[in-house]
Amino acid sequence: MMSLLDHIQGTAALPEIFLVVAAMALLMFGVFREKSADIVNIAAIVVLGIAVAMVIWGGEGRQEAFGGSLVIDTFARFMKVLTLFGSAVAIVLSVNFMKTEKIERFEYPILVLLATAGMMIMISANDLVALYMGLELQSLALYVVAAIDRDKAKSSEAGLKYFVLGALSSGMLLYGASLIYGFTGHVAFPEIARALAAGEPGLGLIFGLVFLIAGLAFKVSAVPFHMWTPDVYEGAPTPVAAFFAAAPKIAAMALFVRAMLAPFSGVLPDWQQILVFISIASMVLGAFAAIGQTNIKRLVAYSSIGHMGYALIGLAAGSPEGVRSVVIYMTIYLIMTLGTFACILAMRRKDGQVETISDLAGLARTNGLHAFFLAVFMFSLAGIPPLAGFFAKYFIFMAAIKANLVTLAVIGVLASVVGAVYYIRIVKLMYFDEPAERFEPMVTEVKAVVVLAGLFVLLFALFPQPLNSLAEAAAASLF
Amino acid sequence: MPELFRDYLPVVIFMAVAGAIALALMASAIIIAVRKPDPEKLSAYECGFKAFDDARMKFDVRFYLVSILFIIFDLEVAFLFPWAVSLGEIGIYGFWSMMIFLVVLTIGFIYEWRKGALEWD
Repeated sequence: MMSLLDHIQGTAALPEIFLVVAAMALLMFGVFREKSADIVNIAAIVVLGIAVAMVIWGGEGRQEAFGGSLVIDTFARFMKVLTLFGSAVAIVLSVNFMKTEKIERFEYPILVLLATAGMMIMISANDLVALYMGLELQSLALYVVAAIDRDKAKSSEAGLKYFVLGALSSGMLLYGASLIYGFTGHVAFPEIARALAAGEPGLGLIFGLVFLIAGLAFKVSAVPFHMWTPDVYEGAPTPVAAFFAAAPKIAAMALFVRAMLAPFSGVLPDWQQILVFISIASMVLGAFAAIGQTNIKRLVAYSSIGHMGYALIGLAAGSPEGVRSVVIYMTIYLIMTLGTFACILAMRRKDGQVETISDLAGLARTNGLHAFFLAVFMFSLAGIPPLAGFFAKYFIFMAAIKANLVTLAVIGVLASVVGAVYYIRIVKLMYFDEPAERFEPMVTEVKAVVVLAGLFVLLFALFPQPLNSLAEAAAASLF
Repeated sequence: MPELFRDYLPVVIFMAVAGAIALALMASAIIIAVRKPDPEKLSAYECGFKAFDDARMKFDVRFYLVSILFIIFDLEVAFLFPWAVSLGEIGIYGFWSMMIFLVVLTIGFIYEWRKGALEWD
């Protein structure tokens, strides 16, 4: 077995292979056994845990697999651990919800595993073919997951919308990839970089680059390719939306970073202006469009669009500091988002799940813990010191200023002031309004996620060093 | 000029033979075959649907499921042909790549079978 893996140069991709094989084994287990959802859920979390161990202890330095198609460096390892963590928490959050909504299926954790395998390929992708393959493996699983509650019109609508727009964006991405291949003659990132270093980039290559960026911007849901996000978050079951907002965003952002910096660092000014536009548009739209929302999931969707805008500032800087700030931002974003969604999951009354913002009124008096941690996440998402979200934005803006993108940083700060309006409105609603009907008590695992994420956000200011140095090492491996 | 015609001679012979066989078959069908026409036999064959009907009619979603499952295995065959032809060149690597692909496909097949996707009722 190992010699076969060596022969095909797949040893470095062992975590991905393990994940896929485990997903297939669980699929067979689940289909041959009645009522297997609980066991498959637990097994999937264990599999993700083993994959984390394999990524961390899989070797040091830069490794390559499949003739250089996949590259495993510190950046990839860090982002993969984040992604696996995000997927595992998403499964943990889903267990109770799926049971009470009676949409418990053993396929859900398996689809999450397959999507995660796709994300790991995306993070490691070092040529255009691996990029596309990882993206499709992830997307195909996500389309199905969005529509997992298939008897509800909204969930099917979310799945269909995501599928149609996702297919369109894949088409644009492929078109861009084919133009890039046509004008440089290579698909591997290092070869493209070499070809670009040898001569002036043609207009065709710039076109290809634009299409590639459009496809990738769709996957991270950046403006103007964000239209699917609010509808999908609103329509998909809440734990699925939590999954969508967490792990795939990390993977897509990691892919975005590598796909820009590895092959195209020679034409930085060409893509920098596109990214500056995308990130300004995302921040501004995320700030203004969220103000009028009444559904909390739509609000979080717009908020995540805005956050992708901030993260893209770090990428637009195109420097090691910029990448370091993206890594820190995505880590903190992941934890804030999972915590926020755990709070949304806990918005359950006797007659079922509720998700309008007004249902949160007076929560501080009916459930102090819930209100406190939701307030912490809201302040952190708004970027108010000394919470983790502030440091995330701080590093991003520092990197932008060092890269002479002062205007971008200023617009970012202004957008985050506007964004603070709707985050703080929720806090005001919870603490100063007349209480609405009380929620059911939180389920243990949801409470655990809320408290752990909340403690991270609260205490990050005291212990920023481990994440800082990890992010620095990750960024350094890309340059 | 005559050389050009000579180059195309095989094609001309082929067309002549093809035409002769086709004519012979049609003629024999007209002369020998028993004929009992009825409206169903005379109408154009359209996979069980009426040939001239509203294109936006409802149809059983199971047709869709069966056709998707069919296409998967159709593509598998399309994938196997070039593999079989070039097996000598791609060697053991190519052989095992396809075997892994087939195992994955079989797992999917077992899943759909157990789920009852292949049963009509």
